[in-house]
Amino acid sequence: MDFRLGAKSDAFREEVRSFIEEHVTDELIEQAHETGTMHDWDLHRALGERGWIAASWPIEYGGQGRDPYEITALKDELRLAGVPQDGIGNTMIVANTLRHVGTEEQKRRFLPPALAGDFIFALGYSEPDSGSDVAAAKTRAERDGEEWVINGQKMFTTLAHEAKYVFLLARTNVDVPKHKGLTTFIVPLDAPGVEIQPVHTVGGERTNITFYTDVRIPDDLRVGAVDGGWDVMTVALTFERGGTGLTEAHRMWERAVAWARATRRHGRAVIDDPLVRERLANMAIDNEVAKLLAYRVSWVAASGGLPGVEGSMHKLWYSERLNAAASDLLDMLAEDGVLSHGEPEAPVDGLVERTYRHAPVTTIYGGSNEVQRSIVAERGLGLPRSRR
Amino acid sequence: VQLGLTDDQEQLVSVFQTFFAKESPPDRVRGAEPLGFDAELWAKLGELGGPTMGVSEESGGAGASLLDLELVCEQFGAALAPVPLVDVLASARLLDAAGATGMEHLGSVAASPPAIAALALRPSIDGVARLVPAGAVAHMVVGLDDGELVAVVAPPDGEIRSPTNLGSGPIAHRSLRSGSRHVLATGARASGLAAVAVDEWRVLMAGALAGLATAALDLGVTYAKNRHQFGVPIGSFQSIARDLADAATAVEGARLLAREAAWAATEAPGEFTALAMMAFLFAARTAQQSAGTALHVHGGYGYMLEYDIQLYYRRAKAWPLAAGDPRRGVQHLADTLFGAVEEG
Repeated sequence: MDFRLGAKSDAFREEVRSFIEEHVTDELIEQAHETGTMHDWDLHRALGERGWIAASWPIEYGGQGRDPYEITALKDELRLAGVPQDGIGNTMIVANTLRHVGTEEQKRRFLPPALAGDFIFALGYSEPDSGSDVAAAKTRAERDGEEWVINGQKMFTTLAHEAKYVFLLARTNVDVPKHKGLTTFIVPLDAPGVEIQPVHTVGGERTNITFYTDVRIPDDLRVGAVDGGWDVMTVALTFERGGTGLTEAHRMWERAVAWARATRRHGRAVIDDPLVRERLANMAIDNEVAKLLAYRVSWVAASGGLPGVEGSMHKLWYSERLNAAASDLLDMLAEDGVLSHGEPEAPVDGLVERTYRHAPVTTIYGGSNEVQRSIVAERGLGLPRSRR
Repeated sequence: VQLGLTDDQEQLVSVFQTFFAKESPPDRVRGAEPLGFDAELWAKLGELGGPTMGVSEESGGAGASLLDLELVCEQFGAALAPVPLVDVLASARLLDAAGATGMEHLGSVAASPPAIAALALRPSIDGVARLVPAGAVAHMVVGLDDGELVAVVAPPDGEIRSPTNLGSGPIAHRSLRSGSRHVLATGARASGLAAVAVDEWRVLMAGALAGLATAALDLGVTYAKNRHQFGVPIGSFQSIARDLADAATAVEGARLLAREAAWAATEAPGEFTALAMMAFLFAARTAQQSAGTALHVHGGYGYMLEYDIQLYYRRAKAWPLAAGDPRRGVQHLADTLFGAVEEG
């Protein structure tokens, strides 16, 4: 066994660190938090220039052929630096999907500029009446000659206000069971009939509702077969859960430890308080487990497998523990814990307070933890399919 | 990252899995209660070379790595084998490290049946090591007494009573000042050797608890698939599946962490002490979660002595308690991670 990422990964990590030092400023991170837009164009293009948006892809597809452990190093460092990176995440879900199921023309048209950082994608799955039951989508796409006409509404279209396209799940057939009447499209967000309405969240991130009224798009923007949208989604959802490294919890722990070492309370260093020590030590254990479950995902992928159950276990673990840790560390900060980022007296620069507000979404997005538990129970443990 | 086992390790796991499945089925575990020791099983394990496999080759052992031992302990824990394997593996390595291998007493560990050397996890109080795991069946106890690392040889003569206890284990108080007392080391060397031995014990116990947690989870999952209520298997109810999925996730983490800690002994020695404590604390927590969940899934049957899950439930709590209050363990971990608190 070997629990190290290896020399190649370590060398790449150094490269990423110097890149971050060069491109990631406090202002950049501040800007993301002020606007709630977890994306920065200069940084995104700089990553594209380095070839790091799709660093894992084969060279012939515009990537760098980097192995999963190099990707872990890249994601770790971006995460530890607190870099806004939702744009990369969304874009790579769609890019991976197009690479697997897109036409040659679609690949030529969308992949090179997406990998260069020229534009980003948003995801259009959820609707007012369909979240976890994503296949119940009602947004309609109706054929009109060589065009499709789209009408409907999508929830949580994060980054739609920055993205060039939305990867849209729409209903094309109402006369068949729900999974068999879906089709996916790439819809330009500047097309007539698209309206974007901001939605503000408890975590401070901005997302959107997008409305589609008689939006006309050509048939060459259809991805996959007509009524074959669920097959496309199966590919896309796998990529949504793939790719892991350290999480917000590791960054919060590092910052909280540094704060506890540098701060005095009740006449002694905070780090010497047994209640503080117990919390931070327990959190270190949870983080170590999260790291190992993430390594397991990378290891399965590196060994040529598809990390389904492994990905669900990692997502379950880190998100549940992040919620617990944010709550526990906020208690540790006592009455000062409520002070938000920007307040001069805010401990840990308000990071714990913000993480406490952000943490709930981690058990919801990317497949709710209820969905993840079903995957672990049914595919992992072989339990019978649950009553839904 | 390489999370797979080598062919040799797969072979090792397979040998011990087969051995414990055959020699330590649940009725043997029950039959060994309340003392928690099966002399015949111990003799057979000795024939397999189990107790001395972690001792260096120069000293007559198999020179197995701590990771190899951890893998064996996973199988031991899954079977709840009523033999003091974790303790003897750790104490034999301590005796070896202390240069005590020439001692006739250690030689007897390799005898047939092997002598049992117990490890006192805490320094003695007034010469008495309290509630030593395997203390009731040990021919020798190794531990710290008044700043000295000592091996006290005093074969159990029937007068050592094991108090009735939660895990039905052969625990007992042992004197470190009576019998034949050999000083193995003094001062900093003594405490250093003892600290390493306790770290290794924690890693091996973490492996045993990860194995216990895996087996307990299997019992719960199997029951949930077969037990029907309201006309369907109870495993199809989300509240049952949820608890089992959460336990399965923790069990996977506990196994990985125990293996990482064992691996670190030679590959990342700077992190070993912290990882050993993390692995131990997390495996203890997880074993209790897994066995507790599995017992609950059994409903009223889980509460009956007749069902095997109770064997796991009791040991999941009792085994790690030998090392004291786990919250003190967390404080100990904090000392390793953040440095000890200056007394002021």
